[in-house]
Amino acid sequence: MPGQSVGVVESQRAHFDQPLHLRSGGVLPAYDLVYETYGTLNAAKSNAILVCHALSGHHHVAGHYADQPDNIGWWNNIIGPGRPLDTDRFFIVGLNNLGGCHGSTGPSSINPATGKPWGADFPMVAVVDWVHAQARLADLLGIDSWAAIMGGSLGGMQALRWSITYPERVRNAIVIAAAPKLSAQNIAFNDVARQAILTDPDFHGGNYYEHNTRPVRGLRLARMLGHITYLSDDQMGEKFGRELRNSAFSFGFGVEFEIESYLRYQGDKFAGYFDANTYLLMTKALDYFDPSREDNGDLNVTMARSQANFLITSFTTDWRFTPARSKEIVAALLANGRNVSYAEIGLSFGHDSFLMEDAHYHGVIDAYLRNIKL
Amino acid sequence: MTHTLGRPDFDLIAAWIKPGHRVLDLGCGDGTLLKHLIDTRGVQGWGVEIEDANILAAIRNGINVIQGNLERGLDEFADQAFDHVVLSRTLQTVRHTEGILREMLRVGREAVVSFPNFAYWKNLRSVLDGRMPVSEDLPYQWYDSPNVRFFTLLDFEALCNRMGLIIRERSVLDEEGNPVTHEVNFLGSLAVYRLTQNR
Repeated sequence: MPGQSVGVVESQRAHFDQPLHLRSGGVLPAYDLVYETYGTLNAAKSNAILVCHALSGHHHVAGHYADQPDNIGWWNNIIGPGRPLDTDRFFIVGLNNLGGCHGSTGPSSINPATGKPWGADFPMVAVVDWVHAQARLADLLGIDSWAAIMGGSLGGMQALRWSITYPERVRNAIVIAAAPKLSAQNIAFNDVARQAILTDPDFHGGNYYEHNTRPVRGLRLARMLGHITYLSDDQMGEKFGRELRNSAFSFGFGVEFEIESYLRYQGDKFAGYFDANTYLLMTKALDYFDPSREDNGDLNVTMARSQANFLITSFTTDWRFTPARSKEIVAALLANGRNVSYAEIGLSFGHDSFLMEDAHYHGVIDAYLRNIKL
Repeated sequence: MTHTLGRPDFDLIAAWIKPGHRVLDLGCGDGTLLKHLIDTRGVQGWGVEIEDANILAAIRNGINVIQGNLERGLDEFADQAFDHVVLSRTLQTVRHTEGILREMLRVGREAVVSFPNFAYWKNLRSVLDGRMPVSEDLPYQWYDSPNVRFFTLLDFEALCNRMGLIIRERSVLDEEGNPVTHEVNFLGSLAVYRLTQNR
């Protein structure tokens, strides 16, 4: 891996007591956001890059904690001295979004009004709400305008939303493996995942914290399903094929094929730490995301509000948000004469490709960022 | 194909493009032509490229570049979005010749097309000598050439005529980049056309 890791990092917490009015009509009277920063904010405060996380991500984007050397940030391979998000040049900010389960206010946090976890009472949050909350964090850090906002998948949607909602505060938007809105198939997968959680007897209408239990089975199923959609058929075939754990069929329902073993492991691991209510909220935020809805579905009109320069990238094997979905964004930007580049990266890892280290992929991000004037 | 700076057709193309115009360069390579047009004519430019290495190089050059395959049309571009659509030394590499010409004049007011002339006398002589031509403007061996269409100025003009395309201007250059004014189909190595159509 070229470049270096940012090394030891610490997370920080910011409290906001100005109420946040949400897209759903709900209000969060006060909330916390946990975040991390890497690099140094320059005197002009012009070198800040916001990295937005996807469905299961969080604020720990790069580096590791002093007391947890194995707890490495989820996008560590792209951030650090000499890496595309070069911390010798840029000041990188990552945060955990509202509704999350990694420290920012979410369903598992204590609701000050009741003294109990929010649970089912936590209001539905939309991508635009996250963007407003992120804008307040930017205010706190003294960042008027981001050099770039960047994200993959749901993170890319936040970058896109920023460019529409706060056009004067985003100079560059890097939107990776995203879509301008979900397709019926995307929503269908999300709903099956939600149904797995909602029908788990341990869900208790979302208030499982009080029952000292968690809907682990539902969450595990949701993750297994989601995971299938993040990988490509080819890669799954290459990695697992029809390999059996033992050489012969056992004619039962236990783990036989390697892919079953892998998915169950991934499901168990995820269900062990992630909050089911957060999963529900994040998938709904995905489903509701459609900035063009404000313009009768005309994305060209929506993107006319943006002022940023854009880099859009997609992956050839991504069938969750295909290259065609990224091209919808490209077309809307071109229709408005915006500065936009589009790279279709040939990587075999499906939707998950955006997290992979690849010389061409990272080269494109690096080349784009190098041309940003601070 | 990678553009090399100082190519004679660049100056011709630049002369036809007014400052502030919106330009789309198809097969833009590393973006050298667009960079030239941005620097010398103050245009707003976008390129289309298929090769990963060129996408990277164009982004490095600070050029707007869209990765795509010209054979599949220009779906992401709206009708009449550009003043000029440039296809520089690329038409001979495109299989769907009529399709790309139609698309160029759908998305652009004018098309600028440059291509090597296969009837250039040195090329003809080479074939008479029994070998496929290799020259400044046809720099490939037959076995590694990206070219799939082999045509002459007369062939191209006949196609334009059949398609109802209007030739607004034509410049023809010899191998050294000097203008050729007579016997162009025989003495010209590279042709540059400025096309439009009645709307």
